[in-house]
Amino acid sequence: MMHRFANPARFMRLSAALLPWCAALAVLTIGAGLALALFEAPADYQQGEAVRIMYVHVPSAWMATFVYAVMAGASAVGLIWRHPLAEIAARAAAPLGAGFTLVCLVTGSLWGEPMWGTWWVWDARLTSVLVLFFLYLGYIALVNAFDEPTRGARAGAVLALVGIVNLPIIKFSVDWWNTLHQPASVFRLGGPTIAASMLWPLLVMSVGFMLLFAALLMVRMRTALIAARLRALQMLASEDEPRAAPRPQRASLGPAQ
Amino acid sequence: MIDRAAEFLAMGGYARFVWPAYGVALVVLGGLAIESVVAYRRSRRELERLDRGRAAR
Repeated sequence: MMHRFANPARFMRLSAALLPWCAALAVLTIGAGLALALFEAPADYQQGEAVRIMYVHVPSAWMATFVYAVMAGASAVGLIWRHPLAEIAARAAAPLGAGFTLVCLVTGSLWGEPMWGTWWVWDARLTSVLVLFFLYLGYIALVNAFDEPTRGARAGAVLALVGIVNLPIIKFSVDWWNTLHQPASVFRLGGPTIAASMLWPLLVMSVGFMLLFAALLMVRMRTALIAARLRALQMLASEDEPRAAPRPQRASLGPAQ
Repeated sequence: MIDRAAEFLAMGGYARFVWPAYGVALVVLGGLAIESVVAYRRSRRELERLDRGRAAR
């Protein structure tokens, strides 16, 4: 079952059909989310208009952790079943996750200054999300440090799996420690405590971000699969080359004539 | 009309926090989207070029 979907040729066909719909839906949903967030949602009774930062901050925070879970899950599949498509998915997800984490951190800082009176504090939530950002960067650097893509993917997969301990720390940091960051108000036992007029724009924006991630993940995976095919073709071409144009056996060292 | 637009842009005095937040999201996510699509198009062109070269031989 998994192998049927995980076949690269099948993935290319499936993603070619899905991609235009996914991309168009992402643009529409984010457009609707922006309209709701900027025009429909009310100002907060305490925070005023500054609360509108929430509609980019919270969805990007959810995506930052969700993409990491995708990356770690794909890494596990790649390590256990040695599936090339899973390795490619993990590598393709990493820069997207890093991007969402960066947006989360910067918008959080821009929200913290007017509401808390500080751009940054080393509380558990902020610090664990910063660690998440560095995990993404470390993964990207490690994966690209090897000439052979498979070895890089294996090393990266181990890092991604070790780093997964950070996810529950991020989620529960606001309960385990006394953080300046507020506790969960949407995904909590007993239901959301946020007003419906603010929850809706937030959810629409989140669906938009999710669709954007799905579309870009497909684009990047397709790019990686084409790149693998290019490498194979170039290898074939270089095997043909000696017969076509023999190269000198030894490079001669000496001053240019 | 212009007053209402100005009021909207002022964001109740929080303009210098709200707009950079939306701007950063646009730049980072838009940048990732552009980079992804550009790399995709480039790899497809390269593949077409190589495929044509092989077909010609």
